[in-house]
Amino acid sequence: MSANNTTDLSQVSNRLAYNAMRNWKEKLIEAILLGAAAISVLTTIGIVYVLVSESVHFFSNVSIVDFLTDTQWTPLFDDAHFGIMVLISGTLVSSAVALLVAVPMGTIIAIYLSEFADSRVREISKPILELLGGIPTIVFGYFALLVVTPILQYFFPTLPGFSLLSAGLVMGIMIVPYIASLSEDAMRAVPMSMREGAYAMGSTKLYTAIHVVVPAAISGLAASYILAISRAVGETMILAVAAGMQPNLTWNPAEPAATITSYIVQVALGDLPHGSIGYQTIFAAGLTLLLITLVFNILGQWLRAKYRENY
Amino acid sequence: MQIQETPALKAEARNLNFFYGENKALKNINMPIYDKKVTALIGPSGCGKSTYLRSFNRMHDLYPGNRYEGEIRFFPDNTNLLSADVDPIEVRMRIGMVFQKPNPFPKSIFENVAYGLRVRGENNRRVLDDKVEHALKGAAIWDEVKDRLSELASNLSGGQQQRLCIARALATDPELLLFDEPTSALDPIATGAIEELVHELKKRVTILIVTHNMQQAARVSDYTAYMFLGEMIEFGKTDEIFIKPQDKRTEDYITGRMG
Repeated sequence: MSANNTTDLSQVSNRLAYNAMRNWKEKLIEAILLGAAAISVLTTIGIVYVLVSESVHFFSNVSIVDFLTDTQWTPLFDDAHFGIMVLISGTLVSSAVALLVAVPMGTIIAIYLSEFADSRVREISKPILELLGGIPTIVFGYFALLVVTPILQYFFPTLPGFSLLSAGLVMGIMIVPYIASLSEDAMRAVPMSMREGAYAMGSTKLYTAIHVVVPAAISGLAASYILAISRAVGETMILAVAAGMQPNLTWNPAEPAATITSYIVQVALGDLPHGSIGYQTIFAAGLTLLLITLVFNILGQWLRAKYRENY
Repeated sequence: MQIQETPALKAEARNLNFFYGENKALKNINMPIYDKKVTALIGPSGCGKSTYLRSFNRMHDLYPGNRYEGEIRFFPDNTNLLSADVDPIEVRMRIGMVFQKPNPFPKSIFENVAYGLRVRGENNRRVLDDKVEHALKGAAIWDEVKDRLSELASNLSGGQQQRLCIARALATDPELLLFDEPTSALDPIATGAIEELVHELKKRVTILIVTHNMQQAARVSDYTAYMFLGEMIEFGKTDEIFIKPQDKRTEDYITGRMG
């Protein structure tokens, strides 16, 4: 009896020791995970800190009103002007061209893949489409400059060798896979029962896709569009290569212009003295870019929350 | 002696077989569906009752690898619903369906009910208003939603959503209404409302209803069919099936010894 008790007790203490070990391991793993998560948060904070602190120096030399209203961007000239609208216009025009291509095309591809294509077609074509998103943007840039621009010039002989149009079109092609892939996921997540309901009412495939599946997946579609906007606004290489890098306040896509990103590349590649006003413009422009994408991300979050469909 | 009055036929399955790929899910089913009556399909899970129901509006056509054999004749025009040259969309224009789980579309209450009318090309606002109201009244939900027709249908409770789906099906004046376990996702009170509605609706439309709940079959139906392993074991008037079933297997199921 007593012998029995002893073994029981030792077994219990063994088990407790094991538990303590396990708890310790759990804590360790938790700490590692937290550390990993913290790195990305700290990096973001660091970036924002650098952008803001350098921009503060910039804005002590240039007033915010000038920054927002000046119509010239010539930070490296003797007669320096710092009108960010010049760069914003290039960014917005090229992004708008890209989205005009990517949103309809991406959505149509997504509808086709999700509602019409049989599973074999989908299985083959989706990875190929996603491959398109993996092509280095420098390749797209030279594609725009050396293939798309000459083709466009064939139809519009007055088009200059560098243009927002050409860069924007190719940027649109680059973004199509993101929209198509995310939108297709969103539409496939619409439960079959909802489609069956639509078919049972006598609707055709196309009517079901447009009137039931797309509205049901709208929050996912909106999220993919927002991601596409962020990609377009932040895209650098295609614009640096194919849109020309001259600051130009214009809303006409047929003109060359610099964007915020292509300006940053241009200046960062030059040898500007650290701490000079020209150097600080990089950070002011970068902060502007960050704010633009932030606005779109917040808009995206809001759209998601507003139109989230709970099936 | 009492005169036996046989009601008019609305539809009739003749030697109906159905295959999911190689798997034979319905075996030689012969069964009449009487006009303006409620016919219940009962049987244990996997017996093929939903498969049978979904053959009527050709829902199986939506998925590859499904195959019908035999006929479902639809009256008065004596069309074979399963014939390859009958367009499933035309079939679904005449036959409405209410599903197991309420599946309102991501649209307003009004647009949900107007959906079938719009599919049929009706866009006249006055006609839509009229028919939507009529359908919502027919589904006994008008009073609850008349002040909030532009709200999203997903804001309604489960029972209200299901009655909305019934209104949606009614709006296009179907000749036959299919119910696939319409109350299995609802609480007892909402279930009672739907059952009462089914009872009311048979004045206007022929109803075929799949149910897991034998009391429900007994309460709402005029005719009952018992299915087992893809076969139609017994078909008859509901009282007769429940009071003196002819087949041992039906009796076992009804008395709870099996299923």
